[in-house]
Amino acid sequence: MTDFFIKSDISRNDAEKVVSETLKNCDDGELYLENSKTENIVLDDSKIKNSSYNSDIGYGLRAVTGEVIAYSHSNEISKNSLKNSSENLKSTLKSKKGAYNHSISKSNTKYYEDKNPIEEKSFSSKIKILEEIDKYTRSKNSNVKQVTANFLGEHKSVEIIRAGGEILTDIRPLVRFNVSVVLEKNGKKETGVYGVGGRQSYEDYLKNENWKKVCDEAFRIASVNLESKPAPAGEMKVVLGPGWPAILIHEAIGHGLEGDFNRKKTSAFHNLMNQRVASDGVTIVDDGTLQNRRGSLTIDDEGTPTEKTVLIENGILKNFMQDRLNARLMKTKSTGNGRRESYKHIVLPRMRNTMMLNGTHTQEEMIKSVDKGIFAVSFGGGQVDITSGKFVFNCTEAYEIINGKIGSPIKGATLIGDGPSALKEVSMVGNDMMLDPGIGTCGKAGQGVPVGVAQPSILINKMTVGGTQI
Amino acid sequence: MIKDQSFLDDKASYCIDSAKKNGATDVQVSVGNSVSETVNFRNKKLDESERSDTIILNLTTFINKRKSTISSSNIENNNLDILINRCVETAKNSPEDECNTLPDQELLAKKISELNLYDKNHISNEKKINFLTEVEENVFMDDKIENSESSFSENKSIFTLANSKGFLSGYKSSSFSASCVAVAKFNGSMERDYEFTNQRFLEDITKADKIGKAASNNAIKKLNSKKISSEKIPVVFDKRISRGILSVLSSAINGSSIARNTSFLKGAIDTEIFNKNINIIDKPNILKGLASRPFDSEGVKSSEIKIVENGILKNYLLDTYYGKKLNLKSNGRAGGTTNLFFQNGSISFNDLIKVHPKLLYVTETIGHGSNIVTGDYSVGASGFIIENGEFIYPVSEITIAGNFKDIFKNLTLADDLEYKYATNSPTTLIEGMTVAGK
Repeated sequence: MTDFFIKSDISRNDAEKVVSETLKNCDDGELYLENSKTENIVLDDSKIKNSSYNSDIGYGLRAVTGEVIAYSHSNEISKNSLKNSSENLKSTLKSKKGAYNHSISKSNTKYYEDKNPIEEKSFSSKIKILEEIDKYTRSKNSNVKQVTANFLGEHKSVEIIRAGGEILTDIRPLVRFNVSVVLEKNGKKETGVYGVGGRQSYEDYLKNENWKKVCDEAFRIASVNLESKPAPAGEMKVVLGPGWPAILIHEAIGHGLEGDFNRKKTSAFHNLMNQRVASDGVTIVDDGTLQNRRGSLTIDDEGTPTEKTVLIENGILKNFMQDRLNARLMKTKSTGNGRRESYKHIVLPRMRNTMMLNGTHTQEEMIKSVDKGIFAVSFGGGQVDITSGKFVFNCTEAYEIINGKIGSPIKGATLIGDGPSALKEVSMVGNDMMLDPGIGTCGKAGQGVPVGVAQPSILINKMTVGGTQI
Repeated sequence: MIKDQSFLDDKASYCIDSAKKNGATDVQVSVGNSVSETVNFRNKKLDESERSDTIILNLTTFINKRKSTISSSNIENNNLDILINRCVETAKNSPEDECNTLPDQELLAKKISELNLYDKNHISNEKKINFLTEVEENVFMDDKIENSESSFSENKSIFTLANSKGFLSGYKSSSFSASCVAVAKFNGSMERDYEFTNQRFLEDITKADKIGKAASNNAIKKLNSKKISSEKIPVVFDKRISRGILSVLSSAINGSSIARNTSFLKGAIDTEIFNKNINIIDKPNILKGLASRPFDSEGVKSSEIKIVENGILKNYLLDTYYGKKLNLKSNGRAGGTTNLFFQNGSISFNDLIKVHPKLLYVTETIGHGSNIVTGDYSVGASGFIIENGEFIYPVSEITIAGNFKDIFKNLTLADDLEYKYATNSPTTLIEGMTVAGK
């Protein structure tokens, strides 16, 4: 664990005093300290294109009263810097008066081990694997024109000091391994991307030549896309494959169930608590407690232990995702969804691992039931407009379905839908739930945080497919 | 207050000396400090204040043709010593790449011209609050407005870039920005839209009442939208959207995309990729320009270049590494384009939207649907149907799709260019795209 005060001109004791003194007339707040190390090694064009190591340390002092948040952050953990931050906060909140809420729940359960993935494997050995990856992938086929692979490792120490001197800490490992392949055949170029990751050692992804599966998958997706024809345009039935396509859930429903948008009544879901928002049989949870998963957290960035929060149960809206501020204003409790990208960012309610649970149907049944539609296996990314509820995502692997059978692969098309109605259009939920491979990053208000998603195959009765063929 | 230039210069020099002592043959370092203060309002009330003070040091060490990079926000010398050592050791263990090198000496910027990028004026949080109060009073003048969020941000930055070939230069810059997002509600429909301003100098920002009124009008106009059926219909991109065409172009002609053979414009240099009447300029020396700069992130002088002249692609965007890869010289585009824009077309906005009896006018797109490898484009969109030059009704939940090779050849530009962003375009008519709806 990092000792944030060992080289500072302010002692831990004095820092605690500054925190308590700054927050004495506030409803909530804390001093959040963070020390993170990140290593990124990129192989591209058969060369080590980039190797970088980042060391970032800093604090964020936050005071909250009523609905107002005052935040000040800096890289310098010093007496003078903390004093400036404290004064800045007090000047914003000078006319407000609150009562500090000392209560915060506790848990001893950890969802990942205290490991430093960056130091576990030597730099040279990582380079050697990247070179093997390049050789292996290029040897698959003479159509391979470009291979990019990278290792991204992170080790983050977090300490939260609350008024009154309560201290919460967490150490968070995170790795990600990605391969991207570009194929060219008869003048046509296509890309395939695949990756894996989570809060554990690289070794878990690399042992027994597991990395070959990642290369194989990236190559397979690019090969499928080489044979793709233009996508259809218009409204039709869509079957989503299991796993990563659950970013549909994340975009269509997840963001709309975050506490801040509902407290501010800007979400299309804000007045739908305990009402039907999805078909019967659709159950969605947000779970921070899955061992070693990318979206898991032992405690959130306010110090609250995470949990498994049921958002929608058999189609009925049950809970929003809350941080402390929005929970207080909505008279409920934090669900451990208070997250921030780093000490440079304020806390917001954010998703962790968002999952649709299993139903009873098979993927085969779904495909068979579709006369004309598409089968979407993988997506690049998605986006949602919270207010109008409209969301999109981009297919990176998809096929047409004709008369109950899977047909040709189709070019990357955008799917567009309406959040509040999309889940009411789900007519079959599969029995093949899968977690995503551990690659998701969610963006909100300029902050990126690692998240996970999961779902079984699902059939959606109608969505608009943004192809070129009418 | 931001750090002094001399403090940053000293830090940069310390790093170069220390890296050389550790065995580096060449070194590049940048040190920057940025202080920003932001105030946010929501529904006419103070919602948030944020003060941000960040330091970042980036260091690249070379051992002949081997290279490694570190960055840190802790710039105490004892911490830097550890990181510099790590950086040099990593470089030693990295494979050689013949393109790894500092820029050629003769390309480095020598005389740094004054671009007027720094306004020393400070606006107190109290004045920011007054500004936002006025913005929000104007948003709520129409009772269809349900919700609003406004923000005022002041930023002051300073940095130094240095390398072991003797380059050492830096400068201060500032920005003042204000924005307002309004949510309108009527007859069960809820829509959001915005207005914003961003300038180097405080005196140049848009007035508060104008921002509030514009955000309010933009959101209200979108209410009670329809979904249209799938068809091939001419599309007009609002200036907010049309500038995205230039962002796609700059990704596709970036040295890295060309050298790595991952661009649909590979090999397109000196060929006609747009209509004959299209010209695209990248101009780094606009006074007070949002993306103006005397040199790029490697210290190479950035000069004005014509990227597209009479429809013909004239230049790729090159840094030192990809310049060497392509046997060309860096043109000072490490870190990307500067003030990039389409030169004005010859038709007015009012005439442009009358070119066809029925048009789809796009004001917003969502999704990441531009594929630089193939040129394929497919995004979610919303906007308005225009008939005979009149805005008839709003539309949403549709997609627009095509391929940039065709889109580039089918553009008609209006004559209403303004410099609101770093990358700017006039309103643009595009023929031949597919609109998917019901």
